[in-house]
Amino acid sequence: MVPVSHILLLSTALFFIGMYGLFTRRNMIALLMSIELMLNSININFVAFNKYVWPGQLDGIFFTIFIITIAAAEAAIAIAIVINLYRSHLSIDVNDAAELKH
Amino acid sequence: MVQDFFLLMRSELMLILIIFGLLFLKLGNARLKNETVMNMVNVVLIATLAMGFLVKDTGMIFGNMFHTTDLIRLEKNILTLGTLIISLQSYQWLKAHKHAMEFYLLLISTLLGMFFMLSSANLLMFYLGLELSTIPLAAMVNFDLHKKQSSEAAFKMIVSSAFSSALLLMGISWMYGIVGSVSYSAIAAAISGSPLEILAFVMILAGFGFKISAVPFHLWTADVYEGAPIPVTSYLSVISKGAILFVFITVLYSVFRSMGDTWYYMLYILSVATMLIGNLFAMRQQNMKRFLAFSSIAQVGFILLGISGQSVASSTSLIFFVLIYIFSNLAAFGVVSLVSSAYGKEKVDDYKGFYQTNPLLAWTLAIALFSLAGIPPTAGFFGKFFLILAGAAKGNWLLITIAALNMIISLYYYLRVVKAMFMDHNAAPLEKINTPLSPKIALIICIVGILITGLYSGAYEYIYSLVS
Repeated sequence: MVPVSHILLLSTALFFIGMYGLFTRRNMIALLMSIELMLNSININFVAFNKYVWPGQLDGIFFTIFIITIAAAEAAIAIAIVINLYRSHLSIDVNDAAELKH
Repeated sequence: MVQDFFLLMRSELMLILIIFGLLFLKLGNARLKNETVMNMVNVVLIATLAMGFLVKDTGMIFGNMFHTTDLIRLEKNILTLGTLIISLQSYQWLKAHKHAMEFYLLLISTLLGMFFMLSSANLLMFYLGLELSTIPLAAMVNFDLHKKQSSEAAFKMIVSSAFSSALLLMGISWMYGIVGSVSYSAIAAAISGSPLEILAFVMILAGFGFKISAVPFHLWTADVYEGAPIPVTSYLSVISKGAILFVFITVLYSVFRSMGDTWYYMLYILSVATMLIGNLFAMRQQNMKRFLAFSSIAQVGFILLGISGQSVASSTSLIFFVLIYIFSNLAAFGVVSLVSSAYGKEKVDDYKGFYQTNPLLAWTLAIALFSLAGIPPTAGFFGKFFLILAGAAKGNWLLITIAALNMIISLYYYLRVVKAMFMDHNAAPLEKINTPLSPKIALIICIVGILITGLYSGAYEYIYSLVS
């Protein structure tokens, strides 16, 4: 069986790859994808802990199901906002939406 | 038990009633005037408020995931009262809006999320409530659909709140790995302060820091507050922040109590940074909304100082301060909103000579700003006084001195607006504003609230008796 440390390493790496993407990308859809990456790394974490460390209960799995659902709701609202923003700015680049400063 | 279910969840059920009522009206294509919708929702909110005060009860349902005590019921009532005031204030803005019904749907959904968050006894329930209260808020920020700033603010809001939820969830997942449960009582019993637990706690703290806009995590606040429609800004700065602060104190005091010495220093640093940076940036703002945004950041610094005291007085002073803060900040935002919807002006300079034409509104704004600054006859003074007193329990005089100095700095920018209104001369001040009935009622509630909580000590004693 794969040891738990490998899985935790994977999830931590994914989390920080997502964070890196969030800080460096300039396309709004890419930002949303980075956030999905971070949330999915958390799902891996929960499932791994549930399977390896605390077998015999389902708290982690339940949490994962709820995170997946809420991530979908979040993406729906975020994409609606991006579409509305595109209508007024004609761009989905973060640098073009920079009216609010200081 | 069916009876328990209806009794304990009565505030939530009332809100669900509003949500489904509006949803069916919308689906049925009912042609209601915006005023009718507003009045209906306001009446049901008043009923919710009355029911909240009516019966006292304590209990747990849903397999110990949802619990209610008298204190939580009081916190919910405070939030309902604030939402009612905002609903009354948004009259002028929503009167001609095409989507007033959807606005109320989203508004009440966020309030429902906050109720679930307050009643949570489990991190899963807490997370669900948190997301129910933040995702619709992002949609509400975008409610001026044709303004560029509004959609930019909404995107900033949803990305930063999703990022902060991700940090929070990472912390929760590590906590689950350590303890094997996500219920508050199990975590409180199991943690001892090991390095891994501190790592998980720091992530959870960072998530909370984003939501209450404490300083290293505050960068989204001013932009979102400026871009959002004013009623939504006031909702964000008062109700949403207040709800998170109530939960924050529950999480710190009951779940992470045994790590108190560790998080005292974290709160110390956060508090000093928040007060200083909030105050310094508030000084250079010209836009009223942005200025109130930074002032609300600075207020969070004082609240964190109070929380760091770790005593019954700390929880009491926090709840008392949030109550006062609702009255004072909503009075300020109410006037700003009236001016903005009448003339579209939001700059501090536009308020020059405001007293000559609108004496009553000028006095309202002045009392609200005095209360925010903490000048004695108003309630804000007692709020800050109790917070600092609670923070002083640890005997850290350096922190208290910094807080006192910050209160003096904050006087500068609050009184700058008062000076512009009363003392500066302006050849062409803003003309007289006709205040419609419902914003007038909202402003009267706020001013009466500021004066009564300032002059009469009953509120503080009542909260103190509930906390202890």
